[in-house]
Amino acid sequence: MAPRTLFEKIWDAHLVSSPEGQSPLIYIDLHLVHEVTSPQAFDGLRTNGRRVRQPLRTVATVDHNVPTTPRGLPIADPIAAKQIEALQKNCREFGVPLFDIDSPEQGIVHVIGPELGITQPGMTIVCGDSHTSTHGAFGSLAFGIGTSEVEHVLATQCLPQKKPKTMQIDVRGRLLNGVTAKDLALGIIGRIGTGGAAGYVIEYTGEAVRKLSMEARMTLCNMSIEAGARAGMIAPDETTLAYVQARRFAPKGKDWDNAVSAWQTLATDPGGKYDRVIEIDAASLAPFVTWGTNPGMVVPVTERVPELASFAQESDRRAAEQALSYMDLQPGMPMEQITVDRVFIGSCTNSRIEDLRSAARVAKGHHVNPKVRAMVVPGSQAIKHAAEQEGLHRIFLDAGFEWRESGCSMCLGMNPDILQPGERCASTSNRNFEGRQGRGGRTHLVSPMMAAAAAIAGHFTDIRNWRFN
Amino acid sequence: MQPFRKHTGEVVPLDRVNVDTDQIIPKQFLKRIERTGFGEFLFYDWRFAADGTEKSDFALHDPRYSKATILVAGKNFGCGSSREHAVWSLADYGFRVIIASAFADIFANNSLKNGLLTVTLTEPQVAEIMRRAAHTASYRLSVDLEKLTVEDDQGFSATFTMDDFARHCLLNGLDDIGLTLKHETAIAAYESKHPVRPEMSAILPGR
Repeated sequence: MAPRTLFEKIWDAHLVSSPEGQSPLIYIDLHLVHEVTSPQAFDGLRTNGRRVRQPLRTVATVDHNVPTTPRGLPIADPIAAKQIEALQKNCREFGVPLFDIDSPEQGIVHVIGPELGITQPGMTIVCGDSHTSTHGAFGSLAFGIGTSEVEHVLATQCLPQKKPKTMQIDVRGRLLNGVTAKDLALGIIGRIGTGGAAGYVIEYTGEAVRKLSMEARMTLCNMSIEAGARAGMIAPDETTLAYVQARRFAPKGKDWDNAVSAWQTLATDPGGKYDRVIEIDAASLAPFVTWGTNPGMVVPVTERVPELASFAQESDRRAAEQALSYMDLQPGMPMEQITVDRVFIGSCTNSRIEDLRSAARVAKGHHVNPKVRAMVVPGSQAIKHAAEQEGLHRIFLDAGFEWRESGCSMCLGMNPDILQPGERCASTSNRNFEGRQGRGGRTHLVSPMMAAAAAIAGHFTDIRNWRFN
Repeated sequence: MQPFRKHTGEVVPLDRVNVDTDQIIPKQFLKRIERTGFGEFLFYDWRFAADGTEKSDFALHDPRYSKATILVAGKNFGCGSSREHAVWSLADYGFRVIIASAFADIFANNSLKNGLLTVTLTEPQVAEIMRRAAHTASYRLSVDLEKLTVEDDQGFSATFTMDDFARHCLLNGLDDIGLTLKHETAIAAYESKHPVRPEMSAILPGR
């Protein structure tokens, strides 16, 4: 057989049918469901008298709408409460397992899948959420879908899919101290643009990627969609196995040994061909900060807001001009002089235990700038609990950060955690679109360390010069 | 799904690149549990000031474009969030066709499922349509999915491509869940070879 890539192996293994003149039909191993993009899909099933074909391949939780104030308080927003109730009702009616708001397993859907061991190498995984690409960190093919496709998977456990192209992003060498997976992701998007990987599934390879922890790999794969990619993936290795083993829903005993044998065959064969190859020199990357209104508008923290003349294309120059106007920034301004009002540490990009540890290391023994309001939102109840066992919450609270309950929170502000008009935020989330965190709010994307440092300094600052206590 | 064969309508230019789905429909409007009624919230932050008054300088509020059913925009339209609400709001507002030089994958997929046609043309073609739409009163285009053409009555003509199967589904307004279920034998055969892992049965309450 000709050498195949990781993507091609998973694709081939999930082909149910390749009917003449139609898109190939692929099987979906795991369908994650949340409250925002599912109600109309369940309604569609009801209208057509269909059932959920595979309830045990379907896992639901509530994350987008949930308040991050103490659990047990009523949900103040009646429309959000209604959407959460709709999911509860739908899961009951269709027999779908739900990790509900008061469950110890509740959390952001892309956080709990991996931490429960539900996400495993070699799987096909979908969710009505673009950041489903996160799960590709395990060497699975994971991508976001719309609500019509959610209904399709609920009803058939399959999706007709046009076969995407493949892109290798080979990250040579090692990341420098203070440069994280978030910076690597932002560096890549800055180079190829927010539409640069449209139509492609990215496989990340190279020494710098191999050295990343699972948490960091999830951050990197999570941001693949911000380059427009269908999915991002990393071949499983010892790091992957060590993370998955012994998790609640991971295979056990002999099943585990068999699973490992299968997973070890997933890596791209020598000579496997990609449609496009991009090389990145890891050592050339610095901590990044976005200056504009999409994740590709990004520079190293040591640089300045770009001059408009630096954009070759007229459309990009106009987009930059609009972005700077929205962000209230001047070309040529040093990034380190930009002050912040709010700091958000959380989201499916950067809310895992390692993210919280790195932010706590920065915060330890310092205090949040009096002009800044900073919040830490763990990705799941399990992470919140683990962080409290380690005493991370103490470090944050002593430093003046708010320590909150788990959910998507201010990444997209569907719950009450939003920016006020004109407020400027250093955020560990994934999108700095206009109004994303609240109408008129101004978002700068950074790593958890850079966010914690901005909270304390009151402005962006190069983490490589930080005084750690 | 509503079939799409041919549509002739007025054109509104939205001269921006990377229009993301957060702009098309901001998150505060995603809490509805129905598929309908999203049109009034389309491009909400661009159309309305914070106090709810209309922004007259936004293209959709320009009286010249009030009858538009075809939206033409810059590259990478529909990037970001997978929210199908973006497509529902465009369709509910009255759009039948979006023309751009590139579309985000998930947005394009979602459009197909709702009978909203996404037409990919080259950047110079998109720029020419924008120019004509800005300078011609009641500028109209005819978009023909059978012939894969975009034309006006002043000499502009372009062809576009589309995946054959997607085109077939759109032309006939096919329910693609129904199509997939025709492969029941193949799906069942796949499932018998790939059973649910035993540990997953413990996920249901009460087991």
